[in-house]
Amino acid sequence: MSNTLTDHHIDVERIRKEFQVLDQEVNGKPLIYFDNAATNQKPQRVIDALVHHYQNDNANIHRGIHTLAERSTAKFEETRKAVQEFIGANEAEEIIFTKGTSESINLVASSWGRKFLNQGDEVLISAMEHHSNIVPWQMICEERGAILKVMPINEAGEIILEEVEQLLTEKAKMVAFNHASNTLGTINPVKKITKMAHAVGAKVLIDGAQSTSHLEVNVKDLNVDFFAFSAHKMYGPTGLGVLYGKRGILEKIPPYQGGGEMIKDVSFGGTTYNDIPYKFEAGTPDIANVIALKKAIEFIDELGKENISAYEEELLSYATEQLSAIEGLRIIGTAQEKVSVVSFEVEGIHHFDLGMWLDAKGIAVRTGHHCTQPLMDHYCIEGTARASFAVYNTKSEIDTFVSALKDIITKFK
Amino acid sequence: MSQAINQIQDEIIDEFSMLDGDMEMTISYIMELGEQLPEMTEANKTEDNIVKGCQSKVWMKAGLEDGKVEFEADSNTAITKGLVSLLVRILSGKSPQEIIDADLYFIDKIGLNRFIGTQRSNGFGAMMKQMKIYGLAFSTKTQSA
Repeated sequence: MSNTLTDHHIDVERIRKEFQVLDQEVNGKPLIYFDNAATNQKPQRVIDALVHHYQNDNANIHRGIHTLAERSTAKFEETRKAVQEFIGANEAEEIIFTKGTSESINLVASSWGRKFLNQGDEVLISAMEHHSNIVPWQMICEERGAILKVMPINEAGEIILEEVEQLLTEKAKMVAFNHASNTLGTINPVKKITKMAHAVGAKVLIDGAQSTSHLEVNVKDLNVDFFAFSAHKMYGPTGLGVLYGKRGILEKIPPYQGGGEMIKDVSFGGTTYNDIPYKFEAGTPDIANVIALKKAIEFIDELGKENISAYEEELLSYATEQLSAIEGLRIIGTAQEKVSVVSFEVEGIHHFDLGMWLDAKGIAVRTGHHCTQPLMDHYCIEGTARASFAVYNTKSEIDTFVSALKDIITKFK
Repeated sequence: MSQAINQIQDEIIDEFSMLDGDMEMTISYIMELGEQLPEMTEANKTEDNIVKGCQSKVWMKAGLEDGKVEFEADSNTAITKGLVSLLVRILSGKSPQEIIDADLYFIDKIGLNRFIGTQRSNGFGAMMKQMKIYGLAFSTKTQSA
């Protein structure tokens, strides 16, 4: 079977050459890495950028006037510009670097929430949220006396829009949900829900952790107020995230943390804050990782989001078809629109056992509740095994995975 | 007289050495051991008897008979059940003091750490800790009686 889908201009063999990590054996078998929704692998150019920075340019940014500081600062700000273009923001100042999606959401919940949430106000999240888009809202709602409501989902794992309509009243101040679900793969109708939320005056925050490496993201077109995502789920480094916010809102909300860089003037009598985005970037940021993120964006841009989506869609439907044919296997999350994530359970086999057996065969999948415990409760399950694909995965890897699963199932009979 | 703790550990080390570090064979063997674990009474599979810290569910209960601690355990996953069966085999039928003093070196020797991974070994650690706590509790009880 050919792994090169020329129709989509994805030459997977060439792509795989950029990922040395894939070329290894695990437990004596060639590694098959299907845990991309947790974090994906990094192309050599990203790793090289990190090494290059520390070997040649390392300096703190924004304050130094020496050459290395200038170089580091320029490259750091180049990435901000690249991120702006990558997600279609109006200006680079709307891009804030954080530690990750979780910190981005915490920043909004804490900063926007303290300013704008009051007693009796409502925050809507969906039933398929990751804990990082549940807990910060629970915390701020408790603090401000606001109410957290949940947009329900159907059996396929899709938000029920009619119910959202009922839930959205003028009391709603924030609607926060993911672009794509890390557990189910569901792609949510961001534009539709955003329009509905804006109609009642609510703001919208999108958790884009699972969408930025798979789907076209244009924050202007989506018209969302905040968009949070992580570098490490889009072929970039770990420990780095982005928060996009509309200028008008970012200017109105207070800083999240105090420290260096986020101030204009400090005296013991008081402090005036810096402009956006620096107001939200207290302390020395993750300079090397930010610089390397630009290379990840270039990697995605070179391949083209459209090509990536089409290729991954093909992997997803192939895997879905193969897995559905296995007796006793049930796929959790069967939405019409999905990113390349397949969560499943096998009758009579605990997902923990499945994960360990697959690892013994060199196949990395995720098992457990995927930090979406309320979603597990919805399906009345403890957890699933989850295979999630990236652009370097192949159909022949799926074949190996499927036959490994069949073999494992026989061991439990 | 039951076999000494170290003697059983050495037996286990011998058994696993025959598997030559092969992950699949090791898992199969661990699962087989789990199947041989005596059934735990359903009534004892309560919330109170769940070992905290394990990714999968593990129930454990102990009783004192003629000065020896008898363990009962079960898990909802086949592999964890096998792992806990090893601990039961080593520590069941031993005195509270023997359990408190036990140095469970077999884990390193059979490379179980490599097989069970950090998160899972933490769970394994929780099981061992629970058994030691039982040992300690029975020891205190015996001394104060």
